[in-house]
Amino acid sequence: MTNKAKINTIETAAKIVFTLCAVLAVFAVCSITIYMVAKGTPAFANVGVSELLFGTLWKPTASNASYGILYIILSSIVGTGASVLIGVPVGLFTAVFLTEISNKKLAAVVQPAVELLAAIPSVIYGLLGLMLLNPVMFKLEKLIFAGSKTHQFTGGSNMLSAVVVLAIMILPTVVNVSASSIRSVSKDLRAASLALGASKIQTIFKVTIPAAKSGIMTGSVLGIGRALGEAMAINMVAGGSVNLPLPFNSVRFLTTQLVSEMGYAEGTHRQVLFSVGLVLYLFIMIINLLLQKLRKGATENE
Amino acid sequence: MKRKIMKTLAIGVAIVMMVSSLAGCGKSADSNASLTGKISIAGSTSMEKLCEAMSESFMKAYPDITVTVEYTGSGAGIESLTQGSIDIGNASRGLKDGEKEQGAVENIVAIDGIAVITDKANTVADLTSEQLASIYTGDVTNWSEFGGSDEAIVVIGREAGSGTRSAFEELLKVEDTCKYAQELDSTGAVLAKVASTPGAIGYVSLDVVDDTVTAVSLNGAPATEESILAGEYLLSRPFVMATMGEIAEQNELVQTWFAYIASEEGKAVITDLGLILPQ
Repeated sequence: MTNKAKINTIETAAKIVFTLCAVLAVFAVCSITIYMVAKGTPAFANVGVSELLFGTLWKPTASNASYGILYIILSSIVGTGASVLIGVPVGLFTAVFLTEISNKKLAAVVQPAVELLAAIPSVIYGLLGLMLLNPVMFKLEKLIFAGSKTHQFTGGSNMLSAVVVLAIMILPTVVNVSASSIRSVSKDLRAASLALGASKIQTIFKVTIPAAKSGIMTGSVLGIGRALGEAMAINMVAGGSVNLPLPFNSVRFLTTQLVSEMGYAEGTHRQVLFSVGLVLYLFIMIINLLLQKLRKGATENE
Repeated sequence: MKRKIMKTLAIGVAIVMMVSSLAGCGKSADSNASLTGKISIAGSTSMEKLCEAMSESFMKAYPDITVTVEYTGSGAGIESLTQGSIDIGNASRGLKDGEKEQGAVENIVAIDGIAVITDKANTVADLTSEQLASIYTGDVTNWSEFGGSDEAIVVIGREAGSGTRSAFEELLKVEDTCKYAQELDSTGAVLAKVASTPGAIGYVSLDVVDDTVTAVSLNGAPATEESILAGEYLLSRPFVMATMGEIAEQNELVQTWFAYIASEEGKAVITDLGLILPQ
């Protein structure tokens, strides 16, 4: 075999390997989508779309079974929304601190700490929530609902615990993405703003953050995705009863619904759990499409 | 290069040795199995775990016997048995007189016990079944109503679909009316949560109760194997594998099945699932 022929063979082989890998990824996405739709839709036919999506009673094993998942969907939306409302401002301000305010030495400590936060497995967050947060919540619950006849005491496993844990979990994503987009804002913009007499804080809020807007949005959407898809940590701190998503109610999210009931479910109950999976999948897809649109917008701006 | 070959050789030899030792294992299990055929079982859904584990272990020992189990419910299982369409009918309750009159014989293979647990600091040591039911349906929300301290009751249970949950609700007659503050998805989680939450109450399989929690006595009967075997403790139920006529009258396959359940291996399967052996 000549040298040239050898190179040619390697080239073709590499091409084939790369193509196969790409096909694998596409195949995985397609087959997951097809599977989820195929498995998730029968329950809609069996139970009825409105009864399933807008029913508030979840009694899958009762003799007169009821499969309403509205409270579960609402819990996921409210829980994710609230954690983003807390996590994004805190994350953004941390990013501003890291890039604009702190001196280099301090940033060199804080930055890796935040990055490390991203590497901690979610079960650890859940464990800490269970051991530290829930007892505090229980004390708070007893204080607020002292003497209440109507409140069901949950022992501190409630929506608020889930929100706090989720907010901490999305911090690193928001901080890292926001910080890198703030860093990429041109120095000239800041200099111009300062030269016009704006203060440092004015410059940050009126110039730097607006200029880094698309990156910050991307970070927030990534955070939403992470919060929406989280199961383990929530399962450990949220109590797991299907209730209206009020702060001190024990709640169940779309993800934890799957985690906790898939084991022994059968028949229609099982089918409905696949529908819950499909709803979750659709939510995540919407978040991702939003993300792609944001990224596209960002590149067009540049 | 030479080293690499040696390495490959060594691994190859190791694999061959492992495979042949495994084959040896298979042979020794074969030796007691000359029987071939099929055993058909149907009945209680609560006995699914027991039947799956038992038939799996049984079919390993007797590879030529196929055990098929359908989970149709206790009543339907005994009905199929008396109609003669199956060999063994499962029921997670004692047989009714009508069923016995039709010729079904009650063979209790295991007993399922559920303990009601509270945290260590709780001073309520005994509950009546009505009191327990009122806690789980949400009618009573404070321990002071039962002579305990002024502490809110945190009602902890298992997720829908759990066998422990369905047995608990069925025995206490509170099916589908329970209001849980927390639904956890494992026995261990319930145990840990009850242990760490003041005022909590939960239920778990009897065998996992340890000294981190207090097992409450019901209607004066303590949650122990002895009181269950004496028939005094409310939250227990027999797992019955009913046959038409005595076991001795059954075909060889069914007799082998029951002999296996009574053997050391069979007993191990039962106790591994946290069930109590009948006496």
